[in-house]
Amino acid sequence: MNKRQGNIRWRPDWDGFLELVQVLVQRPLRTALSGLGVGWGLFMIIITIGSANGLQNGVSQDLGDRAKNSMFMWTQSTSKAYKGFQRGRPIELTIGDVEYLAANSQTLDAVAPQNQLGGWRGSNNVTRGIKTGAFTVFGEFPAQLKIEARPLRSGRHINDRDIEENRKIAVIGERVREILFTSDENPIGGSVRINGVNFTVVGVFGSLRSGEDAEEDLQSIRIPFTAFNQAFHRGDDVGWLCLLFNESVHADSAAAEVMSILKSRLSIHPDDDRAFGHWTVAKEFEEIQTVFSAIRGVSFVFGGLALLAGIIGIMNIMLITVRERTNELGVRRALGATPGVIIRQIMGETLLLTVLFGLVGAILGVASIEAIDALLESMPAMDGGSFRNPEVSIEIVVQSLAIMIAMGAIAGVLPAFRAVSIRPVEAIRTE
Amino acid sequence: MIELHGIRKSYQSGAQTLEVLKGIDCTINKGELVAIMGSSGSGKSTLLNVLGLLDDFDGGSYHLDGNDMGGLGEKQAARYRSEFLGFVFQSFNLIGYKTALENAALPLYYQGVSRKERQKQALHYLTKVGIADWAEHLPNQMSGGQKQRVAIARALIANPRVILADEPTGALDSVTSDEVMGLLKEINREGITIVVVTHENEIAAQCDRIIRLKDGRIENPQAQHHV
Ligand SMILES: Nc1ncnc2c1ncn2[C@@H]1O[C@H](COP(=O)(O)OP(=O)(O)OP(=O)(O)O)[C@@H](O)[C@H]1O
Ligand SMILES: [Mg+2]
Repeated sequence: MNKRQGNIRWRPDWDGFLELVQVLVQRPLRTALSGLGVGWGLFMIIITIGSANGLQNGVSQDLGDRAKNSMFMWTQSTSKAYKGFQRGRPIELTIGDVEYLAANSQTLDAVAPQNQLGGWRGSNNVTRGIKTGAFTVFGEFPAQLKIEARPLRSGRHINDRDIEENRKIAVIGERVREILFTSDENPIGGSVRINGVNFTVVGVFGSLRSGEDAEEDLQSIRIPFTAFNQAFHRGDDVGWLCLLFNESVHADSAAAEVMSILKSRLSIHPDDDRAFGHWTVAKEFEEIQTVFSAIRGVSFVFGGLALLAGIIGIMNIMLITVRERTNELGVRRALGATPGVIIRQIMGETLLLTVLFGLVGAILGVASIEAIDALLESMPAMDGGSFRNPEVSIEIVVQSLAIMIAMGAIAGVLPAFRAVSIRPVEAIRTE
Repeated sequence: MIELHGIRKSYQSGAQTLEVLKGIDCTINKGELVAIMGSSGSGKSTLLNVLGLLDDFDGGSYHLDGNDMGGLGEKQAARYRSEFLGFVFQSFNLIGYKTALENAALPLYYQGVSRKERQKQALHYLTKVGIADWAEHLPNQMSGGQKQRVAIARALIANPRVILADEPTGALDSVTSDEVMGLLKEINREGITIVVVTHENEIAAQCDRIIRLKDGRIENPQAQHHV
């Protein structure tokens, strides 16, 4: 009579799975409602993390082409009287000052003065035959490229010979080429007229940035600094400085050193904070990183709360289910189900619910993120501001699912033990 | 088959202790069909639940087929239930969302029998109790008599040595009661020991022996005679 004795064990087989599905399907509404919480939680996590990533991608890309150890510096007016000078004196920089700075600084790797002509959406200042356009024209040194990388599309960049010989050459942005040249024309060797002065095109460049920033880059023209000052009668004037400091130096100390060198040369009070303005990418990065860890933290907290709410919801539903099915569970016990089997059944139901709806939530979340991404992509004209490529990595999805399964397991524990704490006789008596 | 010595069982309700079984001695032999009678609250169901290992007892000893049932863990109890015992309840206790076939097959699921084999066996026993045609119906589509037949098929499927029935005809009309009782007698003739709790003299009269409970004791210990 003991022929089946050896077979009394539970196998996590297809059969057990069907048993679980049957239980969940008999109450579709309840199953859906309890699953909704978890699905929503996962959806929220993925959406918030995706959006945070989008924001971070956007901002990082805005800074992406700038060397991290670069600094921008411009002149303002003094705010302190010093060595016989009145306060409020406007400060001007010349090439001589820049050479002095380069010679005396311990922290700088590159110094690149820049001058500018025309501005973003200014009036037409460049012509080629009957074609005209309004472009920003920069006079700059080759070192500029160390600070802001610019991909070359054809020809070459400005070199040292161009500077030394005041060559009237120009490297133009891709958009400039499109406007001033027909598509089958080779721009290299062509001549463009900037504010009445002819320059020969030697190269075309693209942009590493995107959106409005890229547009700005592509509509600019770069000419040698020396030729710029000569052609447009700027003498020795320097508009502003782009500096690359040693990577081993902190942005703040590099800035301090540069300021003090220039202040002593230009007779500015050492404590005058207004004479120069400056901006460092590294500082910007630090601040942005701080903001992002905050955003990330908040999104984790909110997503986590949503997930927690979902898990508590599932646990509640399972507790109700166990109470409602007291009789059924008692009958199963009478028919030979061991406590272990009952625990596994309730745990199985909870996990199945969690995973099923968690997956649905995750898939919907990823789909929404993809949809937003595609939408932003399809509207290149509309700059998404600082929101770009919202994305969720596979790791995030896998991690969330793992968290969810773990939490599902936790949610199942209480109902499962509640289920076996009911003695079979009490279960059967509940009628 | 069943040997009880001084079985005691009390319930704690608040500060009060209610002694339901105050020392039950009795022996039920293999192949017997025994009725348990007694007034309401006399402890019939309690005794049957103790016999069925659905509830534990406070004192005394219980041997089932020579095995000591004292102090069993839940897991062992489940194993004995699964292998030795079949249950039939007054209120059928079928699982509402399972068909007659699935209900009858459930005990085999807990024995690790394959789905195909379970279904084959279940159909065999449904045929035996005469409702094979209702195999695919849910309990709420069946009459009380039909439900009790499904429950009997379910009790039989694991090939138990003892069937414990708590007022199996309590919810049935007299004609259906006779049919169900006929079925139990037929099963008993095949050698399965059956213990039936009942209020009805007609049912009890069809049994080999009547055990009468009164105030937690067997009223007629000497007179545990054949009817
Ligand atoms: N879980 C429990 N807690 C407290 N008292 C209980 C419990 N179960 C049963 N009792 C009490 O034990 C006594 C016997 O109950 P039992 O169900 O065994 O009676 P019974 O003989 O089957 O009665 P009936 O004929 O009405 O079914 C009753 O007084 C009942 O109130
Ligand atoms: Mg009773």
